Amino acid sequence: MLRIRNIESGYGSIKVLRKVSLHVSPGEIVAIIGANGAGKTTLLRSISGLLKPWSGQIWFRGQDITRTPAERIVKLGCVLVPEGRQVFSTMTVRENLLLGATVRLKRGDHGEIERDMNWIYSLFPQLADRQNQIAGTLSGGEQQMLAIGRALMARPELLLLDEPSMGLAPNIVREIFNYIVRLRKELGLTVLLVEQNARSALRISDRAYVLETGRIILEGPSEDLLQDREVQRAYLGRDLDRELE
Amino acid sequence: MKGERIKIGLLCLLLVLIDLITTSVARTYYLTQLTMSLYYTLVVLGLVLLMGYAGQISLGHAGFFAIGGYTTAVLSTYNLLKYKDSAVVKVSSELGLLTLRENLYGEQILSFHPWIGVLLSLVIAATVAYLIGIPVLKLKGHYLAMATLGFGIIVYRIVLGTPIFGEADGVSDVPPFVILPGLSISGQMDERRANYYIASLLVVVVVYLMTNLINSRVGRALRAIHGAEDAAESAGVDTAEYKLKVFVMSAVIAALAGAFLTHFNGGIGPSEASVMKSVRYVAIVAAGGMASIWGGLTMAMLLNFLSLRGYFGQYDDAVFGAVLILIMLFAPEGLLRVNPAGLLKNIFKRS
Repeated sequence: MLRIRNIESGYGSIKVLRKVSLHVSPGEIVAIIGANGAGKTTLLRSISGLLKPWSGQIWFRGQDITRTPAERIVKLGCVLVPEGRQVFSTMTVRENLLLGATVRLKRGDHGEIERDMNWIYSLFPQLADRQNQIAGTLSGGEQQMLAIGRALMARPELLLLDEPSMGLAPNIVREIFNYIVRLRKELGLTVLLVEQNARSALRISDRAYVLETGRIILEGPSEDLLQDREVQRAYLGRDLDRELE
Repeated sequence: MKGERIKIGLLCLLLVLIDLITTSVARTYYLTQLTMSLYYTLVVLGLVLLMGYAGQISLGHAGFFAIGGYTTAVLSTYNLLKYKDSAVVKVSSELGLLTLRENLYGEQILSFHPWIGVLLSLVIAATVAYLIGIPVLKLKGHYLAMATLGFGIIVYRIVLGTPIFGEADGVSDVPPFVILPGLSISGQMDERRANYYIASLLVVVVVYLMTNLINSRVGRALRAIHGAEDAAESAGVDTAEYKLKVFVMSAVIAALAGAFLTHFNGGIGPSEASVMKSVRYVAIVAAGGMASIWGGLTMAMLLNFLSLRGYFGQYDDAVFGAVLILIMLFAPEGLLRVNPAGLLKNIFKRS
């Protein structure tokens, strides 16, 4: 589905990503965990075309998208749910969802778009009750649902999720993560998930990569990483060595 | 949408009422300044679309206004008689693009028909906006403001320093723009009311098109760009394309206003291209509440009319600068959305 080889990227003269390579197979949920400033967001921005990589290559469904503009990548079926949700706060819930369908509206399948919107309302009943509410007045969890719903309106095959747990209460985080699992089950959606909340991310994902200062330092099935001593110490807040003493 | 239609209906009614009242009390001369205000209002409306909705500032819109005005002014006054044997002039003449007239001093003048001048002014403004828009709209915030300011200054210095544009004198003796036989844009006294209605019609049409645009897919995309450009892009909005389109659109509206007002006034001078004019447009958009067609319209009519009637005297430019500062400090939502109690509290807190 997605293959990245030796990507290097950054801002101005500051290099953030150093030869990052990874792949995501169809139907997988893959997590990228890492601390603040490790380059997780930069990686997703590079994939989705918001940031032009300095070098390396990115393929999506066999097509080279390294230099493809962001809106074309959306059209191809790779859609980002940005960090901090970034809903269009002065617009209504409905308008936000319609914006997600921008790449489809041009082709004019309006009936289908209405149907998708109703499907999203049935998936997130909280949004259905607030169709005409201004998005900026939603709660954090509702905004995250809206951001995901907006991305789904483009009918993606690969969903890029940037820190969906950010700033949310633990029970809401659980709810959002349940939705991600459900989306894969019901839509066969492939998900690349970037998270600081390593434990939750490892629990719902099939495989994971550990990103540290712009490099992938570890890769493997999520179950194994959950048991990995180094990962436990650095990202799960559990020091086995000390516990065994 | 229905609410907007009613508002547009009320606007038409109000414009007719203003005419009827000023005419019945024998103050038709007010219509001259009202007509001019209506043209400046067009510029402000284009800028509301660009700044208020798409969130892209332009401190160079007087430049586009001037491009419109000067293009038609030069084309409709430049005497081609001395070149009448050249191929270009002959072909233009064959095609009926030229008119022969006598100027104030009884001199024969062969020049382009104002229709050509006005149409070309729109084409040139669109082309210039497109060409500078591509690099400039990649900038954001202060940098975009500086770049558009630079553009405005360049246009100003060019018209001020080029003989064909009349240097500091500008271009005068611009003939009426005969749209149809019997209907022309000119400052003639007996055509005052007709001209007031032409300008009113233009404003109403632009308001109508804008309200439609804002509630469409394009309008949503523009507001999305304003809110969060990255998010808009990741939602599949081609932000560069939309920004460029709206920039060109607002430049063309400004040029249209410039071209029509130049024929109405019978001339144009470099002050129309000055940076203070651009600041004035921005100040009016801010006073109207940025993303508000009706606020912008109201403020543009009110402030321009007062300015043109000379109420601000020698402090004309200072007033608009002060308006900008005061709005930013105390009423960033625009004058029409001020809550007096909150404002007092705000001032009190500051002091």
